[in-house]
Amino acid sequence: MRADLDLVKDWIAPGSRVLDLGCGEGELLNYLVNEKQVRGYGIEIHPENILSCIEKGVNVIEKDIDQGLMSIRNNSFDTVVMSHALQTMHRPDLIVDEMLRIGKECIVTFPNFAHWRVRSYLFLRGKMPVSKFLSYTWYNTPNIHFFTFKDFEELCVERNIHILDRTVVDHEHRHRWWIHLWPNMLGEIAIYRITR
Amino acid sequence: MPVEIPHDSVGLVSPRVEHFDTPLELACGRALEQYDLVIETYGELNAEASNAILICHALSGNHHVAGYHSLEDRKPGWWDSAVGPGKCIDTQRFFVVALNNLGGCHGSTGPKSLNPATGKPYGPDFPIITVTDWVNSQARLADRLGIQQWAAVVGGSLGGMQALQWSISYPERLRHCVVIAAAPKLSTQNIAFNEVARQAISKDPQFFQGHYYEQGVVPKTGLMLARMVGHITYLSEDGMREKFGRELRSGKINFDFHPQFEIESYLHYQGEQFSTVFDANTYLLMTKALDYFDPAAEFGNDLTAALSQVKCRFFVVSFTTDWRFSPERSREIVDALIDAGQPVTYSEIEAAHGHDAFLIPIPRYMEVFSAYMQRVAAEIGEEHAR
Repeated sequence: MRADLDLVKDWIAPGSRVLDLGCGEGELLNYLVNEKQVRGYGIEIHPENILSCIEKGVNVIEKDIDQGLMSIRNNSFDTVVMSHALQTMHRPDLIVDEMLRIGKECIVTFPNFAHWRVRSYLFLRGKMPVSKFLSYTWYNTPNIHFFTFKDFEELCVERNIHILDRTVVDHEHRHRWWIHLWPNMLGEIAIYRITR
Repeated sequence: MPVEIPHDSVGLVSPRVEHFDTPLELACGRALEQYDLVIETYGELNAEASNAILICHALSGNHHVAGYHSLEDRKPGWWDSAVGPGKCIDTQRFFVVALNNLGGCHGSTGPKSLNPATGKPYGPDFPIITVTDWVNSQARLADRLGIQQWAAVVGGSLGGMQALQWSISYPERLRHCVVIAAAPKLSTQNIAFNEVARQAISKDPQFFQGHYYEQGVVPKTGLMLARMVGHITYLSEDGMREKFGRELRSGKINFDFHPQFEIESYLHYQGEQFSTVFDANTYLLMTKALDYFDPAAEFGNDLTAALSQVKCRFFVVSFTTDWRFSPERSREIVDALIDAGQPVTYSEIEAAHGHDAFLIPIPRYMEVFSAYMQRVAAEIGEEHAR
């Protein structure tokens, strides 16, 4: 299982209702359904991912999250998860609002654009950073909103969002003791657990 | 013209008639004292009777879903693209049951049949049949065939509505419900189109208030017009333009009122064909069954409430250019299922073919459908292992 999913799973209670926004191939949901008996749905837009979900028997809904989640009732999920997709949304702030409306708790994972390697790439080369982890060029990237841990936490303060937990890891989702010395500089991926 | 039967066909098949003589109480308050259902089956029912699939047909469909009745048949059954050995509904793994619904005109009891009380065809006196009545008659068919629980009930369009009704009427009797290009109820616009079709038929001078059988005629023009209007709603604007454009049959404008554009002759041909194989009274009945379908009505118009007691898993599919039963309508079903906490998978297939897409083997459609049905088949295996 992908390491970030491994970190996320501990925040999800057995038997709860889970919505995974941008569920990819349905790995997390498949794990949660089999190991934690959650009742869950994934929302996905890429045909090959949808097919993988169907093959696994994961409940997947083909839908463009940017079109909104209005049809889903307030507080109808215990946990709403979005892994590595917030930066691809047209309005990440509105999506976070929606997630907090339909879920009692939300788990958001995203890459940190203030990591030192990204900073130095832009600073030294004067070009938009391209790395193994952020492998797209500026014109074809699905990642249209880059932000940092600090940016996200500022949004949380502005919108009265409570941060219940935060884990900062490297690009392979490993914990490193030194990341905590300066997370916004040394951490590559953040996993937040938030609530209203 | 004999055909070479393809290797992935169920091959030569024959329909058979099941007679029922226990009265069937209908939603309209009347009852059918006795009736026939004409059916076809493909594949083998396993010892546990756990691999049966029911296929419900749409407005103009019937029991002949796959294969050929004779080597002279020009075309196979109406859903041959999805049903057969190795196809989405794999007849090597499933026992497939298809029937002609009550009120139909392909062998099951309908307006054309003789009313035992009068010795004459029912004609317009045939009771109005609803989707719920169909599902009740199908449940009796399941009893007859020794099937306590379907592995899946599958249908497109009006067939999808029957599948949906199954999940509500008999929650214990199906494990999967496959609802393709359907809607939880007709829109106002849908009903409007149906009324045009009905008026075309009933205003035909050959209709004789539905008693045309005794007159030895058929309201051919009316049925043709009904089908032509229907057919326009089955195609998308883009699909129509792509297929026919503004092409002229003779290459030039003739300055008269005969069909000149390709689309005109296509509609004429479709209408003409249909009017020779379909019964006008059946057409009226089918459109009424469509209009009346509204499972949420019994639950205070709350679809979530209607679906809160279902026990099966759902697979819902829609097509992007379908404007008869658009993706929004399928999403209403999906949203209600999510709201009710029921397991559902939904796929929205990019297709240019409009509502007709559900009958067309579009690669991505076949891929997701096949993947879903393979899960259904795998579960049957798992159950045996237990």
